[in-house]
Amino acid sequence: MLLAVAALALGACSPIQPWVKPYEREHLADPIMSFNPNPISTMYIEHVYETREGARGATGIVGGGCGCN
Amino acid sequence: MRITNRLLALTILTAVATMTAAAATLQTGAPAPAFQLNSNAGKPLALADFRGQIVLLNFWASWCGPCRQEMPILEQLNRQYHGKGVTLLGVNVEPDSAAAVQWLKATPVTFPILFDTDSKVSSLYEVAGMPNTVIIDRKGLVRYIHRGYSAGAENDYLNQIRALIRE
Amino acid sequence: MLTSAGRWHLRIAVPALVLLGVARAGVLPDDRADLMYHRYEGGGLTVDGPSVLVRKKFGDHVSAAYNYYVDMISSASIDVVTQASPYTETRTQNSLSVDAIDGKSTYSAGYIYSKEPDYKAQTAFASISQDMFSDLTTVTFGYTRGWDKVGERGTTRNDPVDHHGWNVGVTQVLTRNLLLNLSYEATASQGFLANPYRQARFLDPTEALGYAFEKQVYPQNHSGNAGSAVLKYFLPWRAAVTGNFRYFSDNWGIRAQTGELGYTQPVGRAWTLDTHVRYYHQNHADFYSDLFPYAGAQNYLARDRELATFDSVVYGIGATWEYRVQRFAWLQKGTVNFNWNRMHISYDDFRDLRVQNVPPGTEPLYTLDANIFQAFVSFWF
Repeated sequence: MLLAVAALALGACSPIQPWVKPYEREHLADPIMSFNPNPISTMYIEHVYETREGARGATGIVGGGCGCN
Repeated sequence: MRITNRLLALTILTAVATMTAAAATLQTGAPAPAFQLNSNAGKPLALADFRGQIVLLNFWASWCGPCRQEMPILEQLNRQYHGKGVTLLGVNVEPDSAAAVQWLKATPVTFPILFDTDSKVSSLYEVAGMPNTVIIDRKGLVRYIHRGYSAGAENDYLNQIRALIRE
Repeated sequence: MLTSAGRWHLRIAVPALVLLGVARAGVLPDDRADLMYHRYEGGGLTVDGPSVLVRKKFGDHVSAAYNYYVDMISSASIDVVTQASPYTETRTQNSLSVDAIDGKSTYSAGYIYSKEPDYKAQTAFASISQDMFSDLTTVTFGYTRGWDKVGERGTTRNDPVDHHGWNVGVTQVLTRNLLLNLSYEATASQGFLANPYRQARFLDPTEALGYAFEKQVYPQNHSGNAGSAVLKYFLPWRAAVTGNFRYFSDNWGIRAQTGELGYTQPVGRAWTLDTHVRYYHQNHADFYSDLFPYAGAQNYLARDRELATFDSVVYGIGATWEYRVQRFAWLQKGTVNFNWNRMHISYDDFRDLRVQNVPPGTEPLYTLDANIFQAFVSFWF
């Protein structure tokens, strides 16, 4: 909640406008720039790593891309 | 407790108000910015050429999913209202038009496509989402702005066009 | 039968965000179906099987995905061979997740059920994702909860394990060509956390081998934190380079670092090649030792190699071929994918007990080499 308010406030008070316009997001929307293009494959390889290693977590990613809608 | 809540609400409201105000300087009721762009009709087209018509200006790109989804629906709209005082103009925002031209070969449309390769018009119209649709009345004033596309938006377009026809 | 595949289940299921592919910045994921054959071969262990993933939109605001996954385990690994005899086993996992989009917000929730003869695991997860600042920033909050039941072949063991996890992530568009993702995740588990089949070792001059085995004793709780940063950069000739760093630490004394570099290169109109190299290092848990001085030397005892000090290097290549068939209007596009990874793990404090004619504690350090294959076809509707 606080984070959302902070984000809104920052957007309002700062003179910084979005520096990448929606119509400039062609490269970011390219499938090769996807963090997770094949979930079935990412799922599997992360599982292989996790079952052998003591570390776990912080592997999920959401966002980027075309920013449409 | 109540004071904190009020302060919080006030902060959020001010923030939202300032943000929306700052973002939307392309005002409805203001004259639509003039422009001229190369088109797929072979010759350059200017917005001024369509004064006296209701113009639906759609900013799109071939790399944008919702834009591609919206195109066949705009085509339907065009077939319905072309010749009835309504003109559809598609403005492609890609610096390199090759991908767009390729896509149009597979999914042709009958309304003109303009190529905004140096993003001058996109920036004039403060395109803040992809796709972006601006509806301009016969006097050349901006009347409605739509950011993004979701299924059912075409009903809003139809209602707004009908309202403008009746004016 | 010793489940050397032990660690297969001692986990919260990999968070859904990676698992089932949540919506990308304000757009629901495409409808698709994937069919995979996966195979792991290394250190005497072979695990292979299918994985099937289907994702479909319902209306314009909801998308659901279902995954069916099987591991067929055939194990003659070092842990099995030194303490029992080879075995085979099957683990089946079913997952369901739902995403709903409402303007700039995406809500996701899901459930995973994993079952094998001596381990059942249930996981439920939920997350909220919000696009802001003209879609340049996406913030995500997620929560995971797990309930496991640990069994042991030949006994009536049915011990519970509870897992909790919460995660927060931010994806930020830095430039037209550069994406950054920052992630933080905290996990906590409580219950019977040891692998019941693996045992600790202690010096025992009265034994022929000079050492004997005792049951492992693990703490009843385990909590850890992980933080990661991923950068993705678009190269001018149309290729992408990815850099990834993660740091993990827990209350068992384990500190782990992961670094990965990847490169994706489209070739021609239909092919995409990718390659990556991953380096992982961890130091051992506080209560881990390859050889304790005598029985019951500590309150907590472990000799499970997943808690040892080791380095792991993985490198791999993959190829994707994309096709479009005009004749089938229902099929937008399809891909055929192959993937091969090689993993090399060298342990600093886990010894190879197959070597028996040496003084205890001087056996060679264990190393593991494995090949990991994936072959899958994908269809987009």
